[in-house]
Amino acid sequence: MSMTDVAVQQVVTVNVPIDRAFALFTDGFDSWWPRTHKIGAADLKQAVLEGRQGGRWYEIGTDGSECEWGRVLAWEPPKRLVIAWQLDASWQYDPELLTEVEVRFTEVAPGQTRVELEHRDLDRYGEAKDEMRAALDTEGGWAGLIALYAQAANA
Amino acid sequence: MATYDEVLAALADPTRRAIFERLGGGPRAVVDLARGLPVSRPAVSQHLKVLKEAGLVTDQRDGARRLYQLNPEGLGALRTYLDRFWNVALAAFATAAGNEGDRK
Repeated sequence: MSMTDVAVQQVVTVNVPIDRAFALFTDGFDSWWPRTHKIGAADLKQAVLEGRQGGRWYEIGTDGSECEWGRVLAWEPPKRLVIAWQLDASWQYDPELLTEVEVRFTEVAPGQTRVELEHRDLDRYGEAKDEMRAALDTEGGWAGLIALYAQAANA
Repeated sequence: MATYDEVLAALADPTRRAIFERLGGGPRAVVDLARGLPVSRPAVSQHLKVLKEAGLVTDQRDGARRLYQLNPEGLGALRTYLDRFWNVALAAFATAAGNEGDRK
């Protein structure tokens, strides 16, 4: 089964200038990121998006443990950000694998910014490794993805 | 197609997640799924019912027993899940921006 169509988009408009919207999304990442959205066993202490090309994207648990999520692929303040979501089939960080989360900021009126987010290239899960492809070709292959997000959303 | 909430609710329970993840290894009977889980076989059946209603699992008869497997159509549920994941995240972002949620 093909996963090439697996991409999702979300749009939100916020009443802050574009510079502020970008800064809040990135520098202020931990201030708004839902506490429930994490992958580590420990409670989420801090979610970090390092504001630079190649910057880390990761979580810090209350026990001090760190879980990598990915890294910054494109750092173009205040208009565009692309971050890699790099978790393999066993939900460990894999530098060989990446799906992309692109976030675009557009000034729609003075002091008002539209934020468009796209999480795409999930088909790359099928290209990363032979065993990954085998896993994804089975009917249950996508299960871990949902489980990952379930853990992230509900743990 | 299950709603976001159904998918979320179905996977919100840790035992159901454990069952769901086990099914990632291929079709299983209830007795196999119950083995090693700290819940009774009827409880596993109940969890499977919820997963089935959420569109995440299907079942079929295999001789005297019933086999459960992940629903390949559940790929839609993946998109649903990602949608929900980012929807929640961006809603939190909008709130942080002091916005009442001018969502489009």
